[in-house]
Order: sequence, then C-alpha cells, then structure tokens
Amino acid sequence: MTRELTCINCPMGCELNVEVDGDKVISVSGNTCKRGEIYAHSEISAPTRTVTTTIISAEGRPVPVKTAQPIPKGMLFECTAAIKSAEVHLPVKVGQIIIEDLLGTGAQVTATKTVK
Amino acid sequence: MREFDLVIVGGGPAGMAAAVSARENGLENIVILERDSELGGILNQCIHNGFGLHTFKEELTGPEYAERYAEKVNSMGIPYETDTMVLNISKDRVVTLLSKGRGVEDIRAKSVILAMGCRERPRGALNIPGYRPQGVYTAGTAQKLVNCEGYLPGKEVVILGSGDIGLIMARRMTLEGAHVAAVAELMPYSSGLKRNIVQCLDDYGIPLLLSHTVVDIKGKEKLEGVVIAQVDSKNAPIAGTEKFYPCDTLLLSCGLIPENELSKNCGVEIDPRTNGPLVDEGLETSIDGVFACGNVLHVHDLVDFVSEESARAGASAAEFVKRGCTADSTEPVKVIPQNGVRYTVPSQIHTAELTGDVHIRFRVTGVFKDCAIVVKAGENELLRRKSRILVPSEMQDIIIRQDKLAEVGEDICVEIEEV
Repeated sequence: MTRELTCINCPMGCELNVEVDGDKVISVSGNTCKRGEIYAHSEISAPTRTVTTTIISAEGRPVPVKTAQPIPKGMLFECTAAIKSAEVHLPVKVGQIIIEDLLGTGAQVTATKTVK
Repeated sequence: MREFDLVIVGGGPAGMAAAVSARENGLENIVILERDSELGGILNQCIHNGFGLHTFKEELTGPEYAERYAEKVNSMGIPYETDTMVLNISKDRVVTLLSKGRGVEDIRAKSVILAMGCRERPRGALNIPGYRPQGVYTAGTAQKLVNCEGYLPGKEVVILGSGDIGLIMARRMTLEGAHVAAVAELMPYSSGLKRNIVQCLDDYGIPLLLSHTVVDIKGKEKLEGVVIAQVDSKNAPIAGTEKFYPCDTLLLSCGLIPENELSKNCGVEIDPRTNGPLVDEGLETSIDGVFACGNVLHVHDLVDFVSEESARAGASAAEFVKRGCTADSTEPVKVIPQNGVRYTVPSQIHTAELTGDVHIRFRVTGVFKDCAIVVKAGENELLRRKSRILVPSEMQDIIIRQDKLAEVGEDICVEIEEV
C-alpha cells in the first residue's frame, strides 16, 4: 500500500510517497533529504502529537494545559476528553502537574499558565 | 509630571524583552504600559506549543513563554502599569495615558519604545458581500473566546484564509467538539506553515480549498451559511463553482496589520510595504528617541525573533538616553530591497557610528529554490548566503559584520540571486 505524507521539517514541504506494509515502511520516495525519510518512518510506525487544551476550573476560569510528553496520534480525541474532564481548583501554577499519567500513555498533563 | 528614562508602550513579548534589555544596559527608570490586565500580550491566548525553540532551546506554549519573560521583568523589579491605555505620544515624547487609578495623565519620556503589536484584518477590510449576521469572527477573537474566556463560538465552522492562526483554530475548534467543514484560501498556496497544515488540518481530515474564497454570507440576524467559489488566476470567482456551506461560525484568518495609530499621530514615518515604522539599524524611527520592535514594526512568524529584535531596541534606547538624548549626527546609507526582496528592516544604516554587527530582516516576494541572498554596496559584496528554499511566509534574518560595513558610504542592496 502507498501512503502520501507531507514532510514538515522545512518549508520545502516535500510530498512523500511511502510504500508501507501495515505499520512497516518498505520505501520512501519524493524526499530531497535524509530528514524526510526519518520523518516518514516515525509518522508511519508511531506518530505522536502534543495536546494543548484548556480545563475549566471549579472557579469557572479556563486553565491552559499541555501533555508534557507527546501521546500517540490515534488517541488525540480520547486524551483531550480525559484532560477536559479533570478537576482543577485555582490557584494553579505554571508547570503544576494536573494528571500524573494520561490514560496509561505515561504522559503527564501540566498547567501552562499561572492562574490565580 | 512623572518623568521616565524609557516608556514602553505594550507589555507583550516585544515590550517585555525590550524592558529587560534596557535594564541590563543600565536604564533604571523604566515603565511598561499595558492596556490588558496582565503582561504577555497575544501569547496568553496562544495556548498551542512551538514557541521558544531559539530562545530557550525547548518547545513551550505561548503562556509559558510569556511567563518566562514576565518573571524576568518581576525579578528585575521593572515597573509596569496594566489596565492602562496610551492615547497619544507627542513628537517631544510626552505620553498621554488613561487608567482607572489616575484618569488621564501626561508623562514625560526621554525615550519611547513602540511595542503595540498588530491586529487582524477584519471583515470590513475584506469586501465580502452579504449580510452582517452574528457568527463572523476573526480567528484571533475566536481564539480568545475559546482559550481565555471558555466559550465555544459555534458548532459548525468554515474558515476563510489559511494563515497560521486560522489553521491553529481549525484544530482547536475540532478538539473542542465543533465540526470544521473547510478552510478556503484565495491564493493557490497556503501562507501557513507546513507543520500546521499537516498537524491542524490533515490530522483531522479538514479540507484545504486552495484558490477558493467566500463570495456570499447568508443569514440576517444569525449566520446560516456561506457560499464558497473557486477563483481564477486573477482571483475572480469562477461562475458555476459556487457551493453552499451551512455553518453558524465563519472565522477570518486573512493577514495581520501592524497597529500604528499612535505612531502615525506622533509623526513617525511609516513604510508602506510593512505598514510599520521606517527604522535604522538601532530600530530608531524617524522621530529621535522613539524606537519600534516586534509586530508593530513588521509582522513576525516567530516570537523568538520578536524577543531578539526587541532586546536590540531596548539596548538602543538605553544608549540614546546615556548619550544625553542626542540623535545620530552622521548621514545614514539606505538599505534597498531589490530582485525578490519585498522589504528590509532596517531601511537605513548609520555605517559610521556602528556599535556592533547589523541584522537585516526581510521577506521574499515569492518562492525561490536553489538561490542565494546577496547583499552589496556598489560592487562591494558584503554577504552571500546560499539557500535551498526561501518562501514569503518565513522571515529571513542575516547579520552583516560591523567591520564590513564601517567603510560603506553608498546604498546597500539586498537581493535574491537564482543560481
């Protein structure tokens, strides 16, 4: 099977053609440098993303948060839902851990702003 | 009348970095004036990550980046006044401000740094036909509503313009439970970063319609939908391609304009290409002792570039005050953008009075592959830098060494040479 990806490493934005077998990369074409090949491998075998969102605190003010480590791309929606249902009380300090282990991904969720 | 060595207008990333640098360069009597209730500016609503890779060597969110600088401002004991609106700046640097505590007040400044940032191009500037119903927002307004106020403006969304804020909001609204039907972009290419197109649109299956625009807005009181049509090479809608998209929200992400009302009233000369002040190598405007940095000077894509530039403005203001508030006495040479270069900041350099290397920042007019950036003064080549690709959405930053500039007496040209 062929998958088409856009490399995000630089403004060239090479259109990559990736020959895949399940989550295994057989070959990469369309890239103009080594970084494109590395990107294709990670995007196919284990794509990850950082989630940033807000939690409405018990006091009603939104608290911005992020996953301190990237989570699997396939879990974006369930991770966001789990973060949003967490309970937060003000005041919150930047860097404060809100969730220790997000849905077993091993990623922490931390506050990204001091909210009083 | 209160008197200050330096008054900084705006407490966003530019204002904070300028303040920190001015203090490091020996200015004690500084004040930052901020119209919002806290420091940080637009970064406070940019909760996504990708900030700070140059400055802090790690990937931060907007509020984290802002807080790092706010902490520096606080730990250095630099005064700032929030909920304070600057109404006017006079040529002789009397700043009129309005605040709840002090009412209208005039303060005297030995130097002023303009750090007011930029504004989004609103619907009124886009000439979209149709009614004016509720439900049309700029992408940044929606960002503030969602991230800072906790309100979702709507459930069924169309976005016009593929600037980075629009792309970021496509993802944000989707993760908040809205459905984003499409992003329409007038140009045949997106002005947003590849990374944002992949991670904000492709990840969520949101279509990017290139060479498309909104030709009608339906709904009298409340937005009911928009009509999107394909455009030809002259950006004119092609008859027969119209398609109706039912929606309750239209977000506009159609460019940013430096906010220079105060600068213009002060008499600062504006560069029509950047919509920001014309400045010299020390980021001083056409008015002595008035400096500009950040998005009020020219719209940036990276906050790291804003911080670096603003630190230079802070140092220049400190230098100006220490010199006894006298202007440069030497004649500057012009910096002229040529083939493939849309503008340069600065637009002039006092080559005889340099205190360090000179940054020249610019944007290219189109996409250039396998090319070179060339800086020349007459026949004298000051810099040549090869590049695999240059695109208009990426600001370029080159540094010309002081010793190369010291002898230069003629105008300097910056151009792109195709190899």
